[in-house]
Amino acid sequence: MPEALILLHPTDNVLVCRETIAPGTPVTIDGEPVIIAQPIEVGHKVARIDLHPGDKILKYGAPIGSMTKDTPRGGHVHMHNMQSDYIPSHTRNASGGAT
Amino acid sequence: MTPFKGYLRADGRKGIRNVVAVAYLVECAHHVARQIVQKSDDMDVHLIGFPGCYPNDYAFKVMSAVTTHPNVGGVLLISLGCESFNRERLKSAIEASGRPCEVLVIQNSGGTLSTIQKGREAVDRLKAIAATTPLVDMDVSELVIGTICGGSDGTSGITANPAVGRAFDWFGAQGAACVFEETGELVGCETIMASRAITPELGAALEACVQKAEAYYTVMGYGSFAPGNAEGGLTTQEEKSMGAYSKSGAAPICGILQPGDVPPTGGLYLLDVVPDGEPRFGFPNISDNAEIVELIACGAHVTLFTTGRGSVVGSAISPVIKVCANPDTYRKLSEDMDIDAGRIMEGRATLDAVGQEIIDSVLAAAAGQRTKSEAMGHQEFILTYKAFDPLGPACLPLKRA
Repeated sequence: MPEALILLHPTDNVLVCRETIAPGTPVTIDGEPVIIAQPIEVGHKVARIDLHPGDKILKYGAPIGSMTKDTPRGGHVHMHNMQSDYIPSHTRNASGGAT
Repeated sequence: MTPFKGYLRADGRKGIRNVVAVAYLVECAHHVARQIVQKSDDMDVHLIGFPGCYPNDYAFKVMSAVTTHPNVGGVLLISLGCESFNRERLKSAIEASGRPCEVLVIQNSGGTLSTIQKGREAVDRLKAIAATTPLVDMDVSELVIGTICGGSDGTSGITANPAVGRAFDWFGAQGAACVFEETGELVGCETIMASRAITPELGAALEACVQKAEAYYTVMGYGSFAPGNAEGGLTTQEEKSMGAYSKSGAAPICGILQPGDVPPTGGLYLLDVVPDGEPRFGFPNISDNAEIVELIACGAHVTLFTTGRGSVVGSAISPVIKVCANPDTYRKLSEDMDIDAGRIMEGRATLDAVGQEIIDSVLAAAAGQRTKSEAMGHQEFILTYKAFDPLGPACLPLKRA
């Protein structure tokens, strides 16, 4: 039985779900057993380690946003506990920022 | 490393195919050129061309680059006669590269059937000269490899794209030049990308490329990168773009190319495909093959094409390797797919294992093995109008010593 979570890059602190995970499902993260508490859909992210507000989320080895809430290892990482750090260029220009 | 043989061109570059290209210089010459290619009935006689009657510096540069690509051993130019494409200048550029080139002007050659007959004879002469090209040892570091994605879906960023990134990291470490593009799909990760630049000035130029793309696609009405798109588990703008960006791997970015620029060194390059200035000629690239042609114009010997929904295209001049991201698509279209990266979704293979398969397939194609699309005769080619300003001084690294 293959693992339901895959690691895209060695430095990532989230894993990506490749098959639907029901609440209460036991999985293995970095060799340790973890119970997944929430339902996780294909393509969604799960915390690889305990995450805290302000932590940069790394996926593909690159920052894709920051945490806004504490989330334990195995927790769902999405809109409810993470946000974008991206500022569109038109917003930057309007605010007189970097060109 | 298993060495393979390459065709040594007079300009010192090495190719993995020995193609005779038949190029129409305006749509009015397309039928004649196509008939010459079809009647030649040879997998290594390819049809390319430019349909426009009005002159365009970009189209000339790309056509020059493609007809002097290391995979090309000879060129037949088919002109109607009154189009504005500068056929004599193109012929001079091809001959200066050491390749044989013949020109047929339909208006001076007796018309359609006469030109087709003369063209077939010319192709035979060009093939005979191309066949004398010496085959020499070729190193992995002499390869140029491009990548694009087309028909992407939610699996692309999880399987095929990062697997190509693994392969790019390996080829770059061997000294090969690796080229990625699609700046319109990099909106949101320009800062991340800039941090991988080998100089701060290049980083600023990379960011400017993406901002230009964002502005251009907004004018085209397809600025579809709305923040907060949560489909398929994507949380942020930068995460969404990272799926496409992951094809580039993790190596430092050493330069920016425009279509037709050959990488001066090995390493990882961004190809800037979006025209400069106010949008003038419509979409930057009207379909995937327009991007593949630009990668080939930059010297790509092979293009890695990741697809989720299932593209079937190949290309003239350089073989295309299809990396299928979605396991269901692979089952439906396996006859068109070289690599089944969707096995990662189903836990039947790791990213590293698929990355290794991609490496092996590039080396096999370099050694002469036909890719799926190549073996089935796919030779798509599209070249349209664009305009670029010259690259800034920060964009290219110093030439190879």
